[in-house]
Amino acid sequence: MDLLVAVALQVMTGIATLFLISLGLAVIFGMMGVINLAHGEFLMLGGYAAILSVRHGINLWVAMFLIAPLAVGLFGLIVERLMIRRLYGQMVETMLATWGLSLALIGIVTMVFGNTVGGFSAPLGSVQVGKFQFSAYSLFLIGAAGLLAVLVWIVLRRTPYGLLARGTMQNAEMAAALGVATERVYAVTFALGAALTGLAGGLLAPLSGVVPTMGTAYIAKAFITVITGGAAMLVGTLSASVLLGAAGVLGTFLTTPVLGEAALLALAIVLVRLLPRGITGRFFQRAL
Amino acid sequence: MPLSRRQTLRTLGLGAATLAAPAVMRHAALGADPITVVGIHDASGGLDIYGLPMIACLSFAVDEVNAAGGLLGREIKLINYDPQSNIQLYTQFATQAATSDHAAVVHGGITSASREAIRPILRRYRTLYFYNTQYEGGVCDRNCFCTGSTPAQNVQKLVPYVMQKWGKKIYILAADYNYGQITSKWVTKYCRENGGEVVAADFFPLNVTDFGATIQKIQQAKPDMVMSVLVGGAHVSFYRQWAAAGMKKKIPMASTTLGGGNETLLLTPEEADGIVVAYSYFQEVDNPANKEFLQKFHAKLGDKAPYLGGELAMRTYVGFHLWAEGVRRAKSTDRMKVIEALESGIAFDGPPGRTVIDGKTNHVSLDVYLAEVANRGFKVLEHFPNQPPADTASVCDLKAHPNTDKQFVIDVKI
Repeated sequence: MDLLVAVALQVMTGIATLFLISLGLAVIFGMMGVINLAHGEFLMLGGYAAILSVRHGINLWVAMFLIAPLAVGLFGLIVERLMIRRLYGQMVETMLATWGLSLALIGIVTMVFGNTVGGFSAPLGSVQVGKFQFSAYSLFLIGAAGLLAVLVWIVLRRTPYGLLARGTMQNAEMAAALGVATERVYAVTFALGAALTGLAGGLLAPLSGVVPTMGTAYIAKAFITVITGGAAMLVGTLSASVLLGAAGVLGTFLTTPVLGEAALLALAIVLVRLLPRGITGRFFQRAL
Repeated sequence: MPLSRRQTLRTLGLGAATLAAPAVMRHAALGADPITVVGIHDASGGLDIYGLPMIACLSFAVDEVNAAGGLLGREIKLINYDPQSNIQLYTQFATQAATSDHAAVVHGGITSASREAIRPILRRYRTLYFYNTQYEGGVCDRNCFCTGSTPAQNVQKLVPYVMQKWGKKIYILAADYNYGQITSKWVTKYCRENGGEVVAADFFPLNVTDFGATIQKIQQAKPDMVMSVLVGGAHVSFYRQWAAAGMKKKIPMASTTLGGGNETLLLTPEEADGIVVAYSYFQEVDNPANKEFLQKFHAKLGDKAPYLGGELAMRTYVGFHLWAEGVRRAKSTDRMKVIEALESGIAFDGPPGRTVIDGKTNHVSLDVYLAEVANRGFKVLEHFPNQPPADTASVCDLKAHPNTDKQFVIDVKI
């Protein structure tokens, strides 16, 4: 019984982690169609923003929930203005440009902070579940991921900005004809995606530690999750996170960590083969 | 024919000059012809945490010898190359060291992969090579001297000690490449020899950062201790997650790797204190030679002096002095003469204790220390002097087969 609860909690943590690292990409790639190969580095910047703030004596929660997303959101705004804006609709050029950005960011951060692992201890201590002990922080991550999903849903469904954003992404020319400043909507949406990514980076920093190259560990998984999710970015990413995250964690439990990772990837391949338009290409088609 | 005084003087003068010429010219050559030593260590990229302290120690050792008048009356010129954690650059710099710098010796290589990339090149170009890193053992090559500790030296001391302290059931976590695979076999071997049991061994690719599921698996297996053979920056997060889950107070941990890259400086005392490790040197080793070394080292480098937590940097210092002693005994920098001198059992008494070259394997006997992490440094617990490289010696005999040129994968009987 204890074991069941322990495994269930671990599975949920795995799902939450996958959802957090993919959510920003779901906005930027899933919604806007921008292939951002610097997504992993946005995560890394979020981690560094949080860690540097904590080192300068700023409250840990403020660092993770405010400074990390604001810093990376602002950075996203600049990147959009200088780079992405000129490349909308040009897939190959976008890939090349963001890949270059990714390499440049890794290089710059390595030069400034060195190639060493930074980090701070996870707050909240541990919880006892029967015979098993958990980091309370990973339980907190599950809550944070849930809350974030609800928030993004509210923003896109229930606010005027959400309506404009969805309309613009669906048909930019029509939106422009109706008087929407589409350029601004694109910029804000890209910044929102970057901010969500920064937040994820900040939240994961105490668990994973931060290194300039940490993005490479996440980027493939984030893309796989968003692509498996399909057209409806929020529900798609969520359902893909649930399936892939569960496969990864259960695989690790039942076999080895290597096969756990392999199980995640194998399931993604099967899903994309069976559902080429993603999970939401067939199910939850009318969802967000 | 009568000789005029003038003519006689001229003849005598010329003769004297001719006789003296070689001496004068040789003397001029002494000053102008330094001995070239090449260091190849990563000063940037993912391995710089290991490389930078190694470079600092190599440069310090060279300065020491130069300050004492050099070798054979010649100055030592050190060239440091930075392969940027890139194996391709290792091969390029090794070729350069041998063919254009005409190095008398190359000190370098950190990972086993980098060593196996440059070892054949230096052998082919007949350039002496020193590899000064703790590794999995088994290299057998007359041209290559390995001066770091190997599993029969460190793991063999670590495992019985922690088993006596904590119990018989070990859970191994290891990095998924040759070092982790081979070392975990050694851990298993020594565990069984001491009547223990390895309840599980999990292997992790180097980029894994999420250890949540594994931490639950460990709790389910209820071992008496965890043995970490984890490597690199990503794996540091294991120690964080372990402490965050409150496991540190429940199940103790030992490691064959923690501290080698000064990981202790990155973790808080709550996360790392009490983890037991074994190396052939710790900065905290308490003996007069080490005190004197540290005093000079810090006086010279000031704030830039790196913390010498694990053994890598210190072995580089020792490795250079072993080579220098070989040159002194050979009275030459000629490769074969130096190799023969080194194989005759050169010893160096330094900060880590006495290091003696074993001419059968070109590895070394050294002192091994057990220590536990304490407040971002180490507290030395035990000292085992003069440990032979028994693992490599079980497969390698350069006296009987001087032309051997390979790394044996030691068949660990478990």
